[in-house]
This record gives sequence, C-alpha cells and structure tokens, in this order.
Amino acid sequence: MDVFTDPDNIETYTTGFLWILKLTVAAAIGSGVLGVLLAGMRVSPVPVLRAFGTGWVNVFRNTPLTLIIFFCYFGLYSALGLELADDIDLNNFWLGVVGLSVYTAAFVCEAIRSGINTVPVGQAEAARAIGMSFLQTLRLIVLPQAGRAVIAPLGSILIALCKNSTIVGTIGLMESSTAMKDLINANGDAVIPIFLVFAGTFAVVLIPTGYFFGWLSNRLAVKR
Amino acid sequence: MTTTSEPLIVLEGVNKHFGPLHVLRDVDLSVARGEVVVVIGPSGSGKSTLCRAINRLEPIDAGTITFDGRPLPAEGKSLARLRSEVGMVFQSFNLFAHKTILQNVMLGPVKVRKEKPAAVRDRAMGLLERVGIASQAEKFPAQLSGGQQQRVAIARALAMQPKALLFDEPTSALDPEMVGEVLDVMTSLAREGMTMVVVTHEMGFARHAANRVVFMADGQLVEQAEPEEFFANPRSDRAKDFLSKILTH
Repeated sequence: MDVFTDPDNIETYTTGFLWILKLTVAAAIGSGVLGVLLAGMRVSPVPVLRAFGTGWVNVFRNTPLTLIIFFCYFGLYSALGLELADDIDLNNFWLGVVGLSVYTAAFVCEAIRSGINTVPVGQAEAARAIGMSFLQTLRLIVLPQAGRAVIAPLGSILIALCKNSTIVGTIGLMESSTAMKDLINANGDAVIPIFLVFAGTFAVVLIPTGYFFGWLSNRLAVKR
Repeated sequence: MTTTSEPLIVLEGVNKHFGPLHVLRDVDLSVARGEVVVVIGPSGSGKSTLCRAINRLEPIDAGTITFDGRPLPAEGKSLARLRSEVGMVFQSFNLFAHKTILQNVMLGPVKVRKEKPAAVRDRAMGLLERVGIASQAEKFPAQLSGGQQQRVAIARALAMQPKALLFDEPTSALDPEMVGEVLDVMTSLAREGMTMVVVTHEMGFARHAANRVVFMADGQLVEQAEPEEFFANPRSDRAKDFLSKILTH
C-alpha cells in the first residue's frame, strides 16, 4: 500500500473526492429545486406546463447521462460558447452540475409525483374548501406530505447522483474516477489496492447514507 | 351585515353528469340565512354531489348557483374567496395529516385570510374548547378518534367565520358511539342560527335540528317539507318507500 503513503497521491485522492462531494451537493440542490418545480408542473391544471414537465422527464430520463454531460461540454460550452467560470476546472465543474441537475431532476420529479399520488385526494379538497389556491394547496398540504412519502426513494436518487458525478471526469474534471485512473497508470503494480480504496470510499459514505434516509423516512412518515 | 331576506344559497336548474350518469336533474333549491336544510335520500341519489356543487368542488354542467347574491365564480381567486366563506365538513374528516390539531384550525385564517397568528391562535383554541378538543391541540389527527377528528374538522371550518356550513355525511364514517358527540356540536350550531346544508342519514338530527328536510332520489329533488310534516306524511311514493325501509328497524 505504498501508493497511499505518497503525499502527492493522497492529494490526488482527496481532490478527486472533494470534486465528487461538491458535484453531488450542487447537483442535489439543483435537481431538487428543479424536480419539485417539474412535479408541480406535471400535476398543474395548465396543459402547457403539464406537457413541459412530461417532455422534460421523457427527454432527460431516457438520454444516457454521458451524452448529456458531453452535450454540456461540446454543445453548451464549445459550440454555443456558454462559459460558467473563468477557471477551466470550475467551468467544467459547473457544466457538470448543469448536466447532472437536468438529468437527475427528471428522476426527482417522478419520485415526487408518485409521492403526490399517495396523498389522499381529500387532503387537497379540504385545502381548496377553506379557500386555498392551487399553489397554496400544493405548497402547504400536498408537497409536504408527498415529500415525506418519498424520502427513501429520494435517498436512492441521491446515492445514484453521487456515483453518477464520476461521469463529469469525461469532460476533464479531476474527480475521483479520473484520479483513480491516473494513480493506476502511474502505479501498475497496485491496481487492485487502488481500486478497492476508491470503491471502498464510496461504499463507506453511501451505505450509511442509505440507512440514514431509511431512518428519516420512518421518522417523518405521515400517520394516517 | 345585509338585512335583506333574500336567500343565502340559490340553485336554479342545476344539472350535472358523471359520464352517462345524470346525477343532478334540474335541481332548484334555495336556502335562507340561518336555515338548516337536511338532505336525505338513498345512496347514489346525488345528495353529496349537490352539497359539493355549492362550493364548486363539483362543477356543474348547466344551471346557476348563487351564494350571497353573487353567482359562483368559475375559478381563480374569486372562487377561492367564495370557498373561504363556505365551510365544508367531509365524511372522511380530511384533516391535514402532517399538521397538529391546532395548526389544522389555524391554517386557513393565517394563510388564506392573512390574519395575525397570535389572534388566530386564541380564536382557534376557543373553537377547540367549544368542540371539546382543546386538551388535544398539539396532537396529530391520526392520534384522535374519528369523532374527535370530525369535531376538529368543524372547528377548522368555523375558524374561517363562514357564512354557511356544508356537511357531507359527517357521521357516516364514525363508529356508532361517536355519532352523538358530532351531532351535539352540529345541533348547537343550528340553534345559534348558522346556515347549514347537511347531507346525512341521521333521521334523529333531521327531526330535531332541521328547519326543512329535502328528499332526493335519482338526482331529483323529489319533495321538501318541515321535518315533522315530512316524517309523518311523506307525499311521494319514493319518500314513503325510503322511510319505510329505514324507520322500521
């Protein structure tokens, strides 16, 4: 395990996982907000919004993430000249966040929509009956209950998002999988240990994450 | 307050279809201020649909409904405002499951009417006191019995200080021993002059609390009369048949 005593290699490792952490957090926020908006559109009484939400889900859920990330780089950045930061790494990072967010939002939207279906229709009727608008009903009554019903699936989506963020390596960000590839290239005698350390790091963080969401889901469950 | 004696709720030529099913057929009904109208009839006769049409939870196909002199708005803010003036109590209570009892009662005044929470809180506690649930204010709906939940639902409707209350089979989902506590609250509201439209199978309530009984069958308003008159001398065969079935047991 000499590989991981070299300070340079340690830095490669930590830098890689720091990028993964930042990508995951930023894209979780982006896809969370976007996903809730899309779910709201898909249940709204306005046909145009419903069609937009449905279209988004169908396009992004069925396109490979690698293609979306490539498009963010070669399409948005190279062809259309969209620059999100001066620093090249930071620019790639934000392009990656955009790609991960639009992709993951489709899954968040569908999870929340299935959560909305678990809220009895009487809840929304009671809200309308005391004079709430559609948006108030959604925001105060339906979404809080739907959200609690889908905490466990949202946890799965978060875990998938964390692992998916390694794909941003394909557009040149030194995230963990690129870091691993570099270390393997430089240390051909330690392929298995390097692989196990990187895979193990994901497992050590993500397994408790899964249990945490399971616990949270039970704790916040709406009793009927 | 308006001092006119014009009715609060007026339905004229109301028709409603669910697909091929004609659930409301040319219904005319007017409810005066302070009047308690009990709607009875066999299952599927359109009673609940009628009740829900009054605050447009069910849109109607034809006819007009006016509330307090104004026709029912089709949608948007004005419809929301109308609904805030008409309280509704449902068969399945429909208390907000993720909110405490107190929050359930306060939510409408605070979020819809934008009243100050502190003032609403006092009023809400007063209403919970009145329906006998004040000690449970911090609990969640699922922790209460059906009868208690329905009394909270009445308090929630009253918190909006409505001009009328609609009851859609408020005791049909309750265990028998809990029916009385809900009917007691409703009876006291009726005595105080609240305008009420009550869809129910509780003939006792109809007898002692209603000003008028409306009998519906097959989507039509078959007959209406004061309770004593209706129960003693039903005029239509449908009503005679209905009463003979429910009163012989």
